[in-house]
Amino acid sequence: MAGTLLFNALRDAIDEEMAKDPHVCVMGEDVGQYGGSYKVTKDLYEKYGELRVLDTPIAENSFTGMAVGAAMTGLRPIVEGMNMGFLLLAFNQISNNMGMLRYTSGGNFTIPTVVRGPGGVGRQLGAEHSQRLEAYFHAVPGIKIVACSTPTNAKGLMKAAIRDNNPVLFFEHVLLYNLSEELPKGDYICALDQADIVKEGKDITILTYSRMRHHCLKALEQLDSKGIDAELIDLISLKPFDLETISKSIKKTHKVIIVEECMKTGGIGAELIALINENCFDELDSRPVRLSSQDIPTPYNGKLENLTIIQPHQIVETAEQMITQGL
Amino acid sequence: MNKGSHAERLNHLPERESSDLDRETALKLFKDMTLGRRFEDKCAEMYYRGKMFGFVHLYNGQEAVSSGVIGAMKLKHDWFCSTYRDHVHALSAGVPAKEVMSELFGKETGCSKGRGGSMHLFSKEHHLLGGYAFIGEGIPVALGSAFTSRYKKDALKDETSDSVTAAFFGDGTCNNGQFFECLNMAQLWKLPIIFVVENNKWAIGMAHDRATSDPEIWKKANAFGMKGEEVDGMNVLAVREATQRAIQRARSGEGPTLLECLTYRFRGHSLADPDELRSEEEKDFWAKRDPIKGLEKVIKEKKLISNEELKSIEKEIDKEVNEAVDFALNANDPDPTELTKYIWAD
Ligand SMILES: Cc1ncc(C[n+]2csc(CCOP(=O)(O)OP(=O)(O)O)c2C)c(N)n1
Ligand SMILES: [Mg+2]
Repeated sequence: MAGTLLFNALRDAIDEEMAKDPHVCVMGEDVGQYGGSYKVTKDLYEKYGELRVLDTPIAENSFTGMAVGAAMTGLRPIVEGMNMGFLLLAFNQISNNMGMLRYTSGGNFTIPTVVRGPGGVGRQLGAEHSQRLEAYFHAVPGIKIVACSTPTNAKGLMKAAIRDNNPVLFFEHVLLYNLSEELPKGDYICALDQADIVKEGKDITILTYSRMRHHCLKALEQLDSKGIDAELIDLISLKPFDLETISKSIKKTHKVIIVEECMKTGGIGAELIALINENCFDELDSRPVRLSSQDIPTPYNGKLENLTIIQPHQIVETAEQMITQGL
Repeated sequence: MNKGSHAERLNHLPERESSDLDRETALKLFKDMTLGRRFEDKCAEMYYRGKMFGFVHLYNGQEAVSSGVIGAMKLKHDWFCSTYRDHVHALSAGVPAKEVMSELFGKETGCSKGRGGSMHLFSKEHHLLGGYAFIGEGIPVALGSAFTSRYKKDALKDETSDSVTAAFFGDGTCNNGQFFECLNMAQLWKLPIIFVVENNKWAIGMAHDRATSDPEIWKKANAFGMKGEEVDGMNVLAVREATQRAIQRARSGEGPTLLECLTYRFRGHSLADPDELRSEEEKDFWAKRDPIKGLEKVIKEKKLISNEELKSIEKEIDKEVNEAVDFALNANDPDPTELTKYIWAD
């Protein structure tokens, strides 16, 4: 059987959940007739009609707020950020209303919503279209944040996110939509709060998420040839972190590298390192290391862009140094 | 007063007849407005006695809008969305005074379990979508509730789905993008929503005509092909009738209405506001148009309720408000072990 492309895996997840529960609906820019800017909602408009797959005007804060109100009154909206960066304009609704409203309302209302779309650094898309909002949204209370990285987990996580009664920010990556893989058969889901041990190993733990998983996999091949047995963990859940899986691994390897695409300052790794220090300090044989993007707007020039984000060879060098020199 | 000013506009509204007011409606409106007024006066007292904290925004003077709009709607069926000035909307929607007062005291018995406070009153039971403390952010939420109503009817084929949502907000909020964005979407999709602007001329210290290019907010509906109406917001019967027209349109699938109610707040922006900018002349003009006195006048002209009965209603309401205070004072604080409860849904 031929493999399924990641964007189709997401599409299948949405389609299956919409078929099962008529309260599930999609709203966003060009999600309907156009089928979504990365075709994640292709043909769903024809199948489910214009209300269930709603083409909205370009008004991010307002249609995100509309999803909140719809969720409060019984629907289960999936909001597409045409590019996750555009959700900067919806920051208020995501923070104040999606994130905080269940609490401030004393449990009166729940907000079962998914906010999904392409994030990350693409190929020369320029600074504004190359943002990693997972870090910006990280401090917002009351929202779960996940990042998919393979067709299999994309589908399983999307289904879980739609069924979850809390708001979920669901990060896809512009450069991963065309990954192809054979999917498990039947109706499966992936837990939103569980990290994925991509490869077991004993020498060093590498924590990563989204597209960097694939950079790490490349690095792993080289490390393997150098006789270094690294354990690779895809965090999947950026909030809350799967501390159990993370600490178990660190207890085994006593060394940790975090590889992330967000900027170093105020990034996912910053929070993760704090958590590791708080929980696994005594297990560490060397200081935890962050490999993050530069703290700069992503440049357009391809060479500069490559210098901005972490490349596989840097992961290899860092792991080698940590192991051979005990740095 | 310059022509076209807030007060001038009120004077130029056509006189209306209130011929069809019956005793039952008169009683309901009088009770609701009196409860709103007495409740807020009690809040001021409690705040100055140090029993209540934070920002507290009172509604005195604007009662005709809450009672006129919500009183014309079906409770526990239609939906209401408010701002930080939300106590009286909650009361009109049927949230018991003791639950609102408890919330203002931060108690577990509050309608938001003491987690929300004055600016965040919620009640799913009474279809109160909430009080929203940031300008304009409640409007999209109200739009979502109106969307659900249409979705249930047209996508889920539930013929009984005919709820209408009323979104309340102020004049200052009408300069915010969410207002315009939602007007557009509401009209585009013919959503059953009433945008109720409580134009009290001031946004804290910013006079309406200093903040907006065209002070006649109701006319902005035109730009969206929407029905807009201007109404005397000190006259509960006028507000009620305009609301009934808007509900009729919404329920029959004709879509939204922008209702601009010309009104005034009798107190400062919040209890922390020194209120130094508004002229005595302006305050006098509006005090003479006190909406509760206005309704009383009609009631007396039409001999619908006797003086004694009105007085005894006021007494009853004072009792209710005092009981709400006692209840709230004696209620428990939220359990400290439940600090993080309500963050996540199961
Ligand atoms: C986004 C945002 N900006 C500023 C404020 C501070 N603020 C609170 S009320 C207010 C004035 C609002 O005036 P209006 O919409 O006329 O409502 P009113 O208070 O008169 O009822 C302002 C600026 C806020 N709450 N939210
Ligand atoms: Mg105002």
